[in-house]
Amino acid sequence: MTRKLILSSPLLEITISRLCQELIENQIIGTETVILGLQPRGIYFAERLAAELSKHLENPPALGKIDATFYRDDFRRGGPLSPNSTEIPFLVENKRVILVDDVLATGRMVRAAMDALNAFGRPAKVELCVLIDRIYSRDLPIHPDYVGKSVNTLTTEKVLVEWTEQGHEADKIWLITQ
Amino acid sequence: MLTSPHLLGIKDLNAESIDLIVKTAKEFKEVLNRPIKKVPSLRDVTIANVFFENSTRTRLSFELAEKRLSADTINFSASSSSVKKGETLLDTVNNILAMKVDMIVMRHSSPGAPHYLAKHIKANIINAGDGTHEHPTQALLDTYSLREKLGDLAGKKIAIVGDILHSRVALSNIYALKKQGAEVRLCGPSTLIPKHIQSLGVEVSHDVKSTLAWCDAANVLRIQLERQQIKYFPSLREYAQSFGITRKMLDELPKEIVLMHPGPINRGVELSSDAADSPHSIILDQVENGVAIRMAVLYLLASRG
Repeated sequence: MTRKLILSSPLLEITISRLCQELIENQIIGTETVILGLQPRGIYFAERLAAELSKHLENPPALGKIDATFYRDDFRRGGPLSPNSTEIPFLVENKRVILVDDVLATGRMVRAAMDALNAFGRPAKVELCVLIDRIYSRDLPIHPDYVGKSVNTLTTEKVLVEWTEQGHEADKIWLITQ
Repeated sequence: MLTSPHLLGIKDLNAESIDLIVKTAKEFKEVLNRPIKKVPSLRDVTIANVFFENSTRTRLSFELAEKRLSADTINFSASSSSVKKGETLLDTVNNILAMKVDMIVMRHSSPGAPHYLAKHIKANIINAGDGTHEHPTQALLDTYSLREKLGDLAGKKIAIVGDILHSRVALSNIYALKKQGAEVRLCGPSTLIPKHIQSLGVEVSHDVKSTLAWCDAANVLRIQLERQQIKYFPSLREYAQSFGITRKMLDELPKEIVLMHPGPINRGVELSSDAADSPHSIILDQVENGVAIRMAVLYLLASRG
């Protein structure tokens, strides 16, 4: 097993800052836009984005967490089943929702999250922001609107994201080859 | 992942499984508070609710839990079926399974009926009460409701008051509470407390006032007149006077305790109306949590495929 560093500080901060500029350039308005981090690991990236946005916007978008475990398509097919908490302390009806995840690979998790989101109301628009886009590994027709870094990977490779919030020494994103 | 494909009783469940079920139920409770209270997890699962004994709350609770998980359900009650024509339990259930049913939720008046079925059929079985033996989902929802109020149950003092002898809720609760490290005291007339029950590691008392003063929470059980073939106490009035809990008794306690009841309540017998409706009471929280707990149990058992 070999691991290769693909993103870390200070480039990571620059990437997050650039994604925020892109969001602002796309006219996100705090009161009409909400950010939803995908459980379990997208929430850390969502928190970083929200913190960065609050530096530039008077009314930054509200931040929530969404868990899509109960909407997965691999239930009874060996998929994970322990749920994480969903916290959406605001209405999503008619809001512009930015779904945030750390790594986009097959797109199945995003599909499940969009299903979960519908249980809370009908958003005006849903967009997808990911830190790492594993291009060429998609199983579904899902495309991100905001991408931190695109990575070309093989199916035997994995992307591992380590955040300081999880107890790691530094924020690091690795490409792991089995 | 649960260790068994069935939920027959709390006796065979370990503490980690209880934790997993409660943790999962917590997320389902959040689902039940959404505008759309439904998830698609069990859309390819068919569940039969097989009730050989009357039930209102448990059956409704299971049925709602199944529907919230998008399962297909069929209902069967013994009073309107071929059981009256002399069909055996195994034949009845095998006929239901021939219609491609994946899970069976069963209530039966004979202790051990679900254990017997589990040995002979290929489906997940959930015990919804077997005679005077066990009622595991009730104990799990009691655990969940208690944890919401008291936090971790290790070292907490829980009293179970009333008809222990005929109560499957009492036995399942004793197993569940002991596995979580709680102290358990049973309280009731000596005729309604089974001999040798202390071997399960519980204390026995016949004084309801001192028991209430001792405990952090009291689970009050119904006097099950339908299971009592002989008289265990002189009259309901005398039982109410010796073991009934009133608001006045709760107000006189030095600390606030949590009051529970699995329902249906005999108002004026084991609980006075002002006690049942007091702020101490979490009886309706128990009912609400029951749906979430049953969703968690069905979800975790179904995940085994």
